[in-house]
Amino acid sequence: MKRVILQKSNFLKQGVRAAGSKPIPDRSDSFVFGLFNGEINPKNIFPYPSVFNQEQVDELNELFSASFDAFDGTNEALENDLRGDLDPEMVQMLRDFGLFGMQVPEELGGLGMSNVQMARMSEIGGELDLGVSIYIGAHQSIGFKAILILGTQEMKEKYLPLVASGEKIAAFCLTEPSTGSDASSVQTRAVKQEDGSYLMNGGKIWITGGGIADIFTVFAQVPVQQEDGTIKDKMTAFIVERDFGGVTHGAPEKKMGIKCSNTAEVYFDDVRIPAENMIGEVGEGFKVAMEVLNSGRYGMGATLNGTQKGLIKKATEFAANRTQFRDKIYKFGAIQEKLARMHAEQYASEAVSYLVANAMDHKTENYHLEAACGKIFASERAWHCCDETIQVMGGMGYMFEQGVEKVMRDLRIFRIFEGTNDILRLMVGLQGLQYTGQQLAPIAKAAKSPIANAPTLIKFKMDQRAKEKGSKTAVNDLKQYVDPALHPEAQKVGEAITRFEVASKKILQKFNKDIINQQFHVKRIAEAAIELFASSAVLSRATAAQKHPTANKEEEILLAKTYIFDSLKKIHGALDQLTEQDESHWKNMAELTEKMVNADSPVLGAHPTELIHK
Amino acid sequence: MVRVAVGVKRVIDYAVKIRVKPDGSGVVKDSVKHSMNPFCEIAVEEAVRLKEKKIAKEIVAFTIGPKQSAETLRTALAMGCDRGVHVNVDQAQLDALTPLQISKMAAKIAETEAADLLLMGKLAIDGDYGQTAAMTAAILDWPQATNLYSLQHNGDSATVEREIDGGLETNEIKTPAVLSVDLRINQPRYATLPNIMKAKKKKVKAVKPADLGVDVAPTLNVIKVAEPPVRAAGEIVEDVDTLISKLKDAGRI
Ligand SMILES: Cc1cc2nc3c(=O)[nH]c(=O)nc-3n(C[C@H](O)[C@H](O)[C@H](O)COP(=O)(O)OP(=O)(O)OC[C@H]3O[C@@H](n4cnc5c(N)ncnc54)[C@H](O)[C@@H]3O)c2cc1C
Repeated sequence: MKRVILQKSNFLKQGVRAAGSKPIPDRSDSFVFGLFNGEINPKNIFPYPSVFNQEQVDELNELFSASFDAFDGTNEALENDLRGDLDPEMVQMLRDFGLFGMQVPEELGGLGMSNVQMARMSEIGGELDLGVSIYIGAHQSIGFKAILILGTQEMKEKYLPLVASGEKIAAFCLTEPSTGSDASSVQTRAVKQEDGSYLMNGGKIWITGGGIADIFTVFAQVPVQQEDGTIKDKMTAFIVERDFGGVTHGAPEKKMGIKCSNTAEVYFDDVRIPAENMIGEVGEGFKVAMEVLNSGRYGMGATLNGTQKGLIKKATEFAANRTQFRDKIYKFGAIQEKLARMHAEQYASEAVSYLVANAMDHKTENYHLEAACGKIFASERAWHCCDETIQVMGGMGYMFEQGVEKVMRDLRIFRIFEGTNDILRLMVGLQGLQYTGQQLAPIAKAAKSPIANAPTLIKFKMDQRAKEKGSKTAVNDLKQYVDPALHPEAQKVGEAITRFEVASKKILQKFNKDIINQQFHVKRIAEAAIELFASSAVLSRATAAQKHPTANKEEEILLAKTYIFDSLKKIHGALDQLTEQDESHWKNMAELTEKMVNADSPVLGAHPTELIHK
Repeated sequence: MVRVAVGVKRVIDYAVKIRVKPDGSGVVKDSVKHSMNPFCEIAVEEAVRLKEKKIAKEIVAFTIGPKQSAETLRTALAMGCDRGVHVNVDQAQLDALTPLQISKMAAKIAETEAADLLLMGKLAIDGDYGQTAAMTAAILDWPQATNLYSLQHNGDSATVEREIDGGLETNEIKTPAVLSVDLRINQPRYATLPNIMKAKKKKVKAVKPADLGVDVAPTLNVIKVAEPPVRAAGEIVEDVDTLISKLKDAGRI
């Protein structure tokens, strides 16, 4: 097994890197990376991190409820949706509350919040109006984030007070007509001038806040002459002010949801940018983009936890009061299944989000797989939650005035932007597989001279066989961290982790380098990894709750059991799909797609009315 | 310029559905959302407006309550009050206090803080007594105007409008005075996050009832707190005859 299997791949350039990869670590204390080796890395997950003392908990709750009440009392979610804009009074409230600059240091005009604190605050918009979440979220989670985490002191002092107060809006400009998931392919150019400044030309599309922003983080190619005389484009990040001149924008895009958040094209025509407005060095643009996106991803998860909680309240209230067939509908199994699952999934999603925010607050180096898992997980569980809420509410859920159909429209984008879930899955799967591939490298080397290295090889084979049989598992590692009430679940999750490790190594051995072309497989591996992470997060959270004086202990055990039961089915379901038979199924689908694309019409079946038998 | 004292109380949030404890000793307060009594918010807002109009030079907010009341006091400070006084009593003591005992403490605070104006809500939405402002005025022997619809301060007197049946009544009142406010006098502002954070740095003086010379031994004995009776479920009957016989059985006709 070669260490570098993935680095050379064309796919990486197109997709996986685009979603936010970092170099694969040799050894990592990341939980998700560890899963691929069948290891339990407890550092950022067991015991469930407790970051606050009681006083700080009270303080955060105070800030949360003050903001929640003001948001609720000022905002008109449905009106925002109809009007496609935010009421000036609401914008003023957000400014007064400092919600445009939650993480900006206090001395620069922000609230100086940690990731965990910001996550908690993000739940408010998630519950009350996702459009507002994006309005303020794109501004600070990506818009000026590069300045905050990578900018020079001068840059911070110049820009952060302006954006933290909401006086100026910031936007993140990566996407172009030919640059979506493949982020490194931007065409916008910034050419160095004699005076040292840069001249920028190009156009960006679907930029959140593009029509209202004054400060832009823009990614462009800087042509650089190589030693051999050839010119090479190097992706680079710049802070561009609208006031530099030459910055214009298109009309607000008409779109499915988050309508009060402005989305527009932004054009740069001969925009002159002073050299000091570069973030990082020439050629570091891709890295800057990925750091910003990685660091913002957890915020989406936290936001969507708020959304899920709001939906659960609506659905439960409806089910408790609606009578059909002379009974409250919550008495019916079909409704119980929905409500309970919605809550269990929200419980898991929240457990994951705060693990990620915590890991970031602890300056953990490799949290990006966890962050990606969290984004995928929250956006899909929230979607499911909303879908089920509408179903529980029947026709009422479909009505505009109820506000739930708006949530559904608002939610859809979360599976698309800041790295599509499909791309993020490939990143999780491929990076994890590469990580375990590195661990296998010595074995592969040993296999080249089997006789000399017989002991290593024999041990490896024996280990693997034992794991396949289930005698050596992650079970014991896991159980020690878990409350006895959940030991049966910990047992099964531990066994699933071992099965996952064996499956990962098997397909890696089978496909070797070519794994990058095996998206059907990688997707299943990622699916299992995400669920294993979620289930482990749930074990940890519910265990911590058992030690908490006022937690609903029994209920949390029920939530955990409910979630993990479903999750295990998904994990084994995904791993069951890695057989030879499944492979021929994938081949069929690949072939079918090829034919659809190349036929005159992609709809291939003869119409049923034309099926003449005689 | 005048010095204003304003009283604030921490109560169960108005939006919370109140539940009675199974043993009938009171209502459930643990892990229930609390916030500032809405009428107190209005009183604070009125005080802050006096300061913004440069009529008041200082606003002292006070509260009588358990340690969680510090949060309510902080909200008042975040809205614009300058200092705080926290009279510490635990939740059980607070629940047993009568408006008279509260009034004695309020009067003492108004005196020690040398207030020219004492602003209060017309009632707290938990006990619904509506007596505290009036009794405090009596104890201080100050003029009082209750349930204000508007307030205009003229230096050593104030012109106030009160909502009464069928209209508004305009009064002139000498200060120092005790004023209680009604719902429509203003729309209170929100305590914003930056202001809540800044409020942490404002001074809060902790005192005990004994420091104010007030005995908080219970004088009121609550016998029982109960939910309003639940309406019994109805029954659908086949026809009028059954209806009549059922009503007869129930002794209603
Ligand atoms: C409302 C809204 C707001 C936005 N705000 C911003 C913003 O503020 N700033 C900004 O820069 N951008 C923004 N975007 C753009 C957004 O980030 C992109 O839409 C997103 O990154 C996906 O790119 P794309 O739409 O070009 O899809 P594509 O990359 O064209 O992908 C199309 C489909 O192909 C899949 N796919 C692509 N490559 C692969 C592969 N190698 N293997 C498997 N599947 C693949 C994708 O998963 C997807 O399903 C916004 C978009 C919207 C809709």
